[in-house]
Amino acid sequence: MATTLKVNGAETRVDAAPETPLLYALRDDLGLNGPKYGCGLGQCGACTVLVDGRAVLSCVTPISVIGSRAVETVEGLGTAEAPGPVQRAFIELQAMQCGYCIPGMMMRTEALLRDNPDPQDHEIRAAFQTNLCRCGTHMRIMKAIRRAAELYRDANPVQEG
Amino acid sequence: MMSGRPETAKPFDLSRRQVIAGAGGLIVGYTFLPAFAQVAAPEAPAPEPAHLPGSLDDTRLLDAWIHIAPDDAITAFSGKAELGQSIKVPLKQIAAEELGIGIDQLTLVNADTGRTPDEGFTAGSMTIQYSGTALRNAAAQVRVLLIAAAARRWGIAPDGLRAENRQIIAPDGRTLRFGELVAETDLHVEALPESPLTDPANFRLIGQSLPRPDIALKATGGAAFIQDLRPEGMVHARVIRPASPGATLIEADIAAAEAMPGVVAVIRDGSFLAVVAEREFQAIGAMRVLQASANWQDGPALPDQTAMSAWLEANVSETGTVAEEGDPDAAEGETYEAVFTRPYLMHGSIGPSCALAVLERDDMTVWSHTQGVFADRDAIAELLNMDPARVRVIHAEGAGCYGHNGADDAAADAALIASKLPGRPIRLVWMREQEHANEPYGPPMLLKLRAKLGDGGMISAWSYDLYSSTHTGRPGGPPALLAGQMKADPYPPFVGKLSIVPTGNGDRNANPYYTIPNRRILWNFIEAAPLRISSLRALGAFANVFAVESAMDELALMAGTDPVEFRLRHLEDPRARDVVERAATEFGWSGIGEPGGTRGVGFAYARYKNLASYLALAVEIEVDPAVGDVRLVRAVAAIDAGEAVSPDGIINQTEGGILQSMSWTLFETVTFDQGGITSTDWSSYPILRFSHVPDSVAVHVIDRPGQPYLGAGEAAQGPTCGAIGNALRNTIGRRVHDLPLSRERVRHALQA
Ligand code: FES
Ligand code: FES
Repeated sequence: MATTLKVNGAETRVDAAPETPLLYALRDDLGLNGPKYGCGLGQCGACTVLVDGRAVLSCVTPISVIGSRAVETVEGLGTAEAPGPVQRAFIELQAMQCGYCIPGMMMRTEALLRDNPDPQDHEIRAAFQTNLCRCGTHMRIMKAIRRAAELYRDANPVQEG
Repeated sequence: MMSGRPETAKPFDLSRRQVIAGAGGLIVGYTFLPAFAQVAAPEAPAPEPAHLPGSLDDTRLLDAWIHIAPDDAITAFSGKAELGQSIKVPLKQIAAEELGIGIDQLTLVNADTGRTPDEGFTAGSMTIQYSGTALRNAAAQVRVLLIAAAARRWGIAPDGLRAENRQIIAPDGRTLRFGELVAETDLHVEALPESPLTDPANFRLIGQSLPRPDIALKATGGAAFIQDLRPEGMVHARVIRPASPGATLIEADIAAAEAMPGVVAVIRDGSFLAVVAEREFQAIGAMRVLQASANWQDGPALPDQTAMSAWLEANVSETGTVAEEGDPDAAEGETYEAVFTRPYLMHGSIGPSCALAVLERDDMTVWSHTQGVFADRDAIAELLNMDPARVRVIHAEGAGCYGHNGADDAAADAALIASKLPGRPIRLVWMREQEHANEPYGPPMLLKLRAKLGDGGMISAWSYDLYSSTHTGRPGGPPALLAGQMKADPYPPFVGKLSIVPTGNGDRNANPYYTIPNRRILWNFIEAAPLRISSLRALGAFANVFAVESAMDELALMAGTDPVEFRLRHLEDPRARDVVERAATEFGWSGIGEPGGTRGVGFAYARYKNLASYLALAVEIEVDPAVGDVRLVRAVAAIDAGEAVSPDGIINQTEGGILQSMSWTLFETVTFDQGGITSTDWSSYPILRFSHVPDSVAVHVIDRPGQPYLGAGEAAQGPTCGAIGNALRNTIGRRVHDLPLSRERVRHALQA
């Protein structure tokens, strides 16, 4: 029942039943802490990861449907020593209270910015409608997303012409 | 190109017995560290002990708070826990300030029955007030003792010696390390009532907004939460819970679950049913099989949710007087009367409750995100019939809890399971549906208010009848734990008792902090609790401030006065006046305007608990009359929390409080029918989403250097609700008295 997953650039064999949600494979088999269990129902966004660059709710996505597609978690965005642009923005703005929802928010940010490097306010709100934060950190999350967009553009300058 | 670092994706080494994470991280170890095992050793108490500052009064020995090792490693201990309210950095700032060291030269250990002082519950915005005050005084006294030791060594007077960088420095530049001096310094001594505290003018750390190290950790996938603990041999547990509260288990197909792959054990103890499996998703699968086959005898029918006010009135068990002054019945004036309500509200943590427990030989170790490790230890020991000395509860961070949620229940569940499977570390997680349906809620309230406006536009009388049960289900021992109520030979459910104390409970902030000559505040107490209840951030203050501040606006209208001006007229305390004036000025307050448009403004103020932080705020809202939708557009708050240790921490907590209170105010009600809770997920219990996030929230901190810490975590809950209610009235011209101010109610008010 082993499945091969490509997570944060590395291939790993996971010995779990094919219907196992990706979230449990990432947390329990790969020992990753970023994706969180919040509801298991696809309702809160705490488990958000990227699959082929798109935001996916890992709690309702069986590993059998992932196949060879690239999975990314916050661990793939950078490290504490060398954080990526999205991580830098959230750290710089201290955009956390408990922080439990934040890795999901960061992966949603990453997905949004890859698609739309200069999102308007209403586009941010629409993209984040499925991500819940109970601590009320939303003001700082919004600021961090805007800041991440700036850092992201600096790190990935658009080629003119 | 992404800046991804693939090597961070290395699989975890699951074979580690000890899991030690990076800065500010988690420590998992089953053994006590001997050096710390005897902290808070009992000393013969003096007959009349002097009052000591903060929590020092209960844990009086200096070395219970500060430990210095010969290698200069300095550790501070706090019985308070990190709950997402960011208390670790400010506590370190306080201790490091008085020790004359850098913040990185200090390790902080929080909430561990094996290591830290017992500081009760981490609740009520009291961490900095109690634990901070204790650490500040203890650290200052340790500094004095180290200086005295150095002075003895050098044979000079202690004046002129100073502590810096973990050294005592003499005026001539000679130095001695803390670690050298500690051998000849007895820190196992009782603290003194007075400490030579650092003058606020010389603060290096207090008052600075320093970055939280846990933020970088959490942003990069570091092990930071209880969910990230993975001791060797860990197995996964799930519990099976009935839909109907208080139901008893008749039967379940245990054999079917036992036959499933990976299942280690199915545990039944009376109505307590749980499954343990090697893999997490196997445990979930077996849980579902048990759930589907379980046959329960329903518990008592729940009351009719649409008639909770009548239920509250019919179930009063006794009435207590919260405050009484003059004769409100005899006072003259024009009468204002109104009735306000709030429903059951849930904590709704984003991370469902989780606990880890292991029984090794005769010792039970439990990791929990509880707010009270000591009370939890005692309850678990009693539940399992164990000696409390053989039970250790260690706080590990969970998602934000906002009060007493399912944490303690999950800890007891895990411990009960672990007691039946010795040697196996049991990791229990509640499912989202279980968290929603089983956590103890904040209770419903009915508030009948009558006030009179007398001569000169001044309030002459205030009568308030509050109907509510207790808001705290702790410390309740095993009766307050679900496992206690479900196991064989169950404990009878916890019953709350009326108790009127200065900090308040259901009656918190029921007594207005305004100058009113005649008042009577009564608490009609309800012992019955058809649903389990316990502390939800701010307790009764949320709805009481809503009622009081709604009435203040209505009385201002009757007096023909601007509501800000009307409040100032009734406020004597200069610090109260300061926050009101500051919030109004920063907002650009220019009156409430005329109703009828789609935008309006509102104002509210409260001093939390009538003895803690002062907070006032002005808000602007936007109403969509077609759907009745309300959005908070802008909020400007001013808060005075005493001396501000970490201004950004206060701002962060206050912003969060405003947004969370807005969510409670506009969207939230726990729903139920006769058979059980029907708010079982985020679609049946809607909360704030990004569509309703304000355009701007500004928090202005009024710092009071040298003044006592007042706590900041809960001050915004009541005033935010009051201000939004007032803004709604000022926008649509009608007041909605029942929480939440839902679309349906707003539409109804518009049509009335
Ligand atoms: S945990 Fe996946 S959406 Fe909530
Ligand atoms: S920061 Fe706690 S849930 Fe978002």
